[in-house]
Amino acid sequence: MNLSPDDWSAIRLTLELATLTTILLLLVGTPIAWWLARTGSRWKGPIGAIVALPIVLPPTVLGFYLLVAMGPDGPVGHLTQSLGLGLLPFTFPGLVVASVFYSLPFVVQPVQNAFEAIGERPLEAAATLRAGPWNCFFTVALPLARPGFITGTILGFAHTIGEFGVVLMIGGNIPEQTRVVSMQIYNHVEALEYGQAHGLAGGLLVFSFCVLLVLYSFGGGRRLWK
Amino acid sequence: MEMSEGIAARFRVNFGAFNLDTDLRLPGTGVTALFGPSGSGKTTLLRCFAGLQRAARGHLTINGDCWHDDSRKFYLPTHRRPLGYVFQEASLFSRLSVQRNLEFGMKRVPATERRVAWGQAIELLGIGHLLERMPSGLSGGERQRVGIARALLTSPRLLLLDEPLASLDLARKQEILPYLERLHDELSIPIVYVSHSPDEVARLADHIVVLDQGKVLADGPLAETLARLDLPIRLGEDAGVVLEGTLAERDLQWSLARVDVGVGVGGESLWVRDTGTPVGHRVRLRILARDVSIALQRFDSSIVNSLPATVLDQGEDNHPALVLMRLQVVKEIVLARLTRRSAAHLGLSVGQQVWVQIKAVALL
Repeated sequence: MNLSPDDWSAIRLTLELATLTTILLLLVGTPIAWWLARTGSRWKGPIGAIVALPIVLPPTVLGFYLLVAMGPDGPVGHLTQSLGLGLLPFTFPGLVVASVFYSLPFVVQPVQNAFEAIGERPLEAAATLRAGPWNCFFTVALPLARPGFITGTILGFAHTIGEFGVVLMIGGNIPEQTRVVSMQIYNHVEALEYGQAHGLAGGLLVFSFCVLLVLYSFGGGRRLWK
Repeated sequence: MEMSEGIAARFRVNFGAFNLDTDLRLPGTGVTALFGPSGSGKTTLLRCFAGLQRAARGHLTINGDCWHDDSRKFYLPTHRRPLGYVFQEASLFSRLSVQRNLEFGMKRVPATERRVAWGQAIELLGIGHLLERMPSGLSGGERQRVGIARALLTSPRLLLLDEPLASLDLARKQEILPYLERLHDELSIPIVYVSHSPDEVARLADHIVVLDQGKVLADGPLAETLARLDLPIRLGEDAGVVLEGTLAERDLQWSLARVDVGVGVGGESLWVRDTGTPVGHRVRLRILARDVSIALQRFDSSIVNSLPATVLDQGEDNHPALVLMRLQVVKEIVLARLTRRSAAHLGLSVGQQVWVQIKAVALL
């Protein structure tokens, strides 16, 4: 299997994107999952639905609205411009922001399920043993929710690697910047380079299968869509 | 006017149809039992003590320390309250060994505030051989003992036990009760103990709060409250009293033991079956009203325990044919059940000197 330097560059970029996105997803998704798992607020339904939207929404729709929001006349665009950051579309940071939205439910849902499965009791027990709320969270909730975090991390990472529609809408096809593996496959097919396309597509196929195999073998996958 | 000693607890909680409304003064030492049927609000009340349930209106002081006072918007969160809490199921941290479960609370208490020593808690609950184990490898009774030790190791100023025996079978209960009695005898920490089990209350409690549908029906010292005629509290199937005494003598020939009830001059003695309790131990006796009969004179009979008594008063029982009679035996009070006809036939009146014959005394 012969991969061109461009292919390797796309692979490296994809892994960077997925890694960075997964780290951000864990930082952003964990508080959201914690809140969704424990709140009695009437906003739980609407917020939960918004987080889950990317599961059912065509990526082009999500990408379109992100493009509009981050564009020169969008609210996010205004913000980034006033902060002197320029515009996010067609940049790597823009792709990271879009990927976080796109993969959010794949991290939030398993982590939320894991938090819900803990129940009140261990946290109450910890509180009676002098552990404050943050202490409870880090010493009791996080360790008990570890299976959910493993599932969420794997899924968030894998799902980001597989994204295409959102990248197409807001990232374009800029080498070294936004040309990820899925774009590169598209380029190869457009150019009728089927052999090259096979190299990357086959690699993604094997990667995805292995990820799911790990998840389902350890029992995390079955609870995923609870 | 605030008492600095003892526990003052006033709570109002509304959960839709259920309302808890209490205003209690409890002793600052010994075991207070919260007793009542399920749904009576015992656990809710205990959770208010712990701050796990926030009462809409509440005021709580523990031996001079205020934990909750809504009149000045003061509310100490659970983790800032120096308490120990034992749940119905031990709720040990499943991923931590017994040792690390025990350390969890202890290491969060500053060393200068630790009053319960590691070795003392381990020894008191008999769990020294379990330290390396994981909670999943313990029996229900062992888990509960670890849970109690874990709570003790935070050196609590109040120990709250929520039916710690409810999830255990009879044999396990019997295994744990002696440990709880040791807590009572050897520690000076006030204990609030939720139970719907008459046996546990009779064995452990010094003070009792009887709850029903969120209201306090009665509260007071155990012996006194059990002997109330206006509200005979049935510990189990029958009205009766619990007396405390000292095991004074064992008669090995007849397998009997003598318990001196009431301290000092004028104490009385009762003979019970010898259960092997060593001489000098504090013991509790339960005497049910149906096992006590009244005679005008002393006469020879097969009944071992026959004591002089004074008729105090008489009250209704659960059938029109029966009355409950309250009698003073030296310093103690016992209840006797007899038919209304017998009472009339004997011509019993308040202040009259009689003999009570006690057919059965249970050593608890």
